[in-house]
Parts: sequence; structure tokens; C-alpha cells
Amino acid sequence: MKVAIIKYNAGNIRSVDHALKRLGVEALVTDDPETILKADRVIFPGVGEATSTMAYLKERELDTLLKGLSCPVLGICLGQQLMCSWSEEGDTPCIGIFDQPVRHFPTDVLKVPHMGWNSLDRVNGELIPRELSGSYVYFVHSYYVPVCEETVAESSYILPFSAAMQRDNFYATQFHPEKSGDPGELILKQFLKL
Amino acid sequence: MLAKRIIPCLDIRDGKTVKGINFENVIDVGDPVELGAKYARDGADELVYLDITATHEGRKLFADLVRRISEHLNIPFTVGGGIDRVEDADLLLSAGADKVSINSSAVRNPALVDRIAGGFGKQFVVVAIDAQWKDDRWTVYINGGRIPTDKELFSWAREVQERGAGEILFTSMNHDGTKNGFACDALRELSQQLTIPVIASGGAGKKEHFVEVFEHGMADAALAASIFHYNEISVPELKDYLRKNNITIR
Repeated sequence: MKVAIIKYNAGNIRSVDHALKRLGVEALVTDDPETILKADRVIFPGVGEATSTMAYLKERELDTLLKGLSCPVLGICLGQQLMCSWSEEGDTPCIGIFDQPVRHFPTDVLKVPHMGWNSLDRVNGELIPRELSGSYVYFVHSYYVPVCEETVAESSYILPFSAAMQRDNFYATQFHPEKSGDPGELILKQFLKL
Repeated sequence: MLAKRIIPCLDIRDGKTVKGINFENVIDVGDPVELGAKYARDGADELVYLDITATHEGRKLFADLVRRISEHLNIPFTVGGGIDRVEDADLLLSAGADKVSINSSAVRNPALVDRIAGGFGKQFVVVAIDAQWKDDRWTVYINGGRIPTDKELFSWAREVQERGAGEILFTSMNHDGTKNGFACDALRELSQQLTIPVIASGGAGKKEHFVEVFEHGMADAALAASIFHYNEISVPELKDYLRKNNITIR
């Protein structure tokens, strides 16, 4: 199986690669359109900032390429946010796979970023095995996607938000499965099986 | 609900773990990857690896080690020690570190916080602060607690938050090594003054201390070294105890 991890200008992309290696899968970290188009699975990872990352993707026309992919695609953290239509971070138009906005957490209630382990609730869809309902996974983010029709798992911090999303062949998690211990490994395994 | 984090800290010299006793199922406690994996299996929420090497050779070993840790560990980890330039942080990020911790170098060159946060994101920057309560004031120290500065804990913490720190790791020098509990009053004050998470360090000796630091101290995470390394308290037994005391724990 050919797995492509989309390379861009920020974030700890190496750890996704390492997580797949632990599952016995050699991935390619690439921003080459040909390689991405030929892949059986595409992972769009990341921590970083919305405006500069969207600019990087647009420059290489990876935004339209991503939207047109027919293989299973997994967006992680900033990846999930950029798969939405717009982000409050820098008032940035995004890729628009999920027709949803990305909002900043209110800052006057609890600490922001939401950093650490939080539980998965209301799990449905194909990406997250049901037995992981209630399991803790690792989050680091200041922006969130509100609960919507594409939500396939929720978490709660200040308010309930989309911990995972799905539309057709597009999957996304706000948490980092590559850093989420055993539950994270199960989710990555499931993604490779889809 | 967001869980409180338990973070074992490992000191590294020349690519090897400095402290540690022989645990069951750990072949080489000198191997930081093995020891880290043991803590991860035990339920540690994150790890901190602190490079205390002074030599150039040792630094190179540390970067290689960070790559190996990232390959083997499935939980987040922070690395610290000797990060003086943006390039140092970049090298560790490329090796797979989730966060870097900067301490003395941030005091000497506060713009380093802005530059690392600007380049790699706030979540990547932990600012560690060592401070001592003396003459009615929390004075910030550098060089491993050897040199006092003119900075004061709370104003310095607020400044680095403004500059882009994603978390504060506060070690009370008065409490560190005493095993009499964390500096809960100062931690509570810090947590109330800041909008970013606070990691408590220094003073852990009993399980009760962790309940205090999460409840009264309002800490988001607690770090300890010797109690875990010398197996005085294991991570699973600590987590059981915290759960029984209604602290949200993974």
C-alpha cells in the first residue's frame, strides 16, 4: 500500500511517519502532485498556522488536488481545520471539503490552547472503532470545528466540538492519533483498512 | 473533560539516562528510549527529556536520541537543555520532538521565544522557569539555579506568554528535592494570572501532593523525576489514587 503524507511548511510531520512505521507501513512525505495522486492513502497532517499553510498549498495547487482525491484521505489537527471552508485564524478561506467554519475557543473561560488528553464521545462513522468511545486522545489546538452533520466523534472543552469528521472518502481528526497511545494506533490502523 | 497530565522527567547525559533503578521488563534503564517506553506503557501522559550534556559530542548524541524516541514513543514528548538558537529548535523538531523547553536562553534572549513560536507554533514552546522565594519575592534563576536574575516569576511568566510561549513549566527551587509537596500557592497565583497551561515541578514526594497541586495549585500538569525513577510511586498507582480523589485522569 502506498501512503503519502503531505509535506508542508510547518509542524511535526515526522511523528506521523514514525507512527505508520510502527504499524509496518513505509510512507512517503511529499508535496509532489504525481506521488500524491498515485497513493492509496493520503494523510494531511499538521500543526501550524492556517494562512501561511493555505498559501503554501495554493502555490502548489495542492488545495484543488486534495479536494479531488478519491482514495481515503485523513486530515489531522490543522489538516481537519483546513478541510473546512473558512478559518477564523487569519480570516482564511480554506479547502472546503467540509462546508463548516473553524472558530477560536473563547479565551475567558478556560486556558487556551486546549492541550492534553480528552475523551471521545458520541463515536459513529467508519474511522473510529466504537469500543474507543470514552477513550482519551491527545489534543493541541486553539481553533475548533463546531459539532455539525459531518461530526463522527465529539469532545468537550469549554463547549462540545468536532473531535473527528467524515464526508465520503474524507476523514479528519482534531486530535493527534500519532500521539494518542494505543487508541491512536487503532484509529490509524482502521484508516489503513478503510 | 480534559485530563490532568502526569509527566515523568528524564535527565540525559551523552545519550544515556542519568537516574533510574532497574525496573521489571526494562532491559537497560540507561537507554532513554526503553525507559520512556516503559513510562508510556504505565500511563504517563507525556515525557520530558532534559539534556544535561555540556559537550558538543553529547549534543549530537542527543539529536540522534530524539529521533529514536520519536520513532518508538506513541505519546508526546518535550526536549530541553542547551537550546540557544532557532536552529537548535528546528533540528529537534525535524528529529520528531513535539515541544522544546527553553529556560536560561529565554532569559538571556527573550526574543528567542517569539522566534521559535513564530516559526513553529506556540504549542511547540514550553518556557521553563526556575524561581526561588526569598525576601518576599519569587526571583528567577538561570544556569540550573546557579545565577539569580533581576526577573520576577509572575511578570516574567506573563511576558513569555505574550511572546508566544504555549506552556509554562515552573520549578520552585525552595521545594525541589524536598519531597514536601509542590509550591501550590505560587502555582495557583500563576495559573490565575496566565491563560496558557502551567506544569508544576519540584517537591513531589507523596501521592497526596499531586491531589494538592491539581486542586489547590490549579496546575494543568505535574512533573516529577526521582519518585518515578526510584519507583517510590509508580505512575499506575498514582493515577489510581488520583481517580479515587475525583481528579480527571486518563
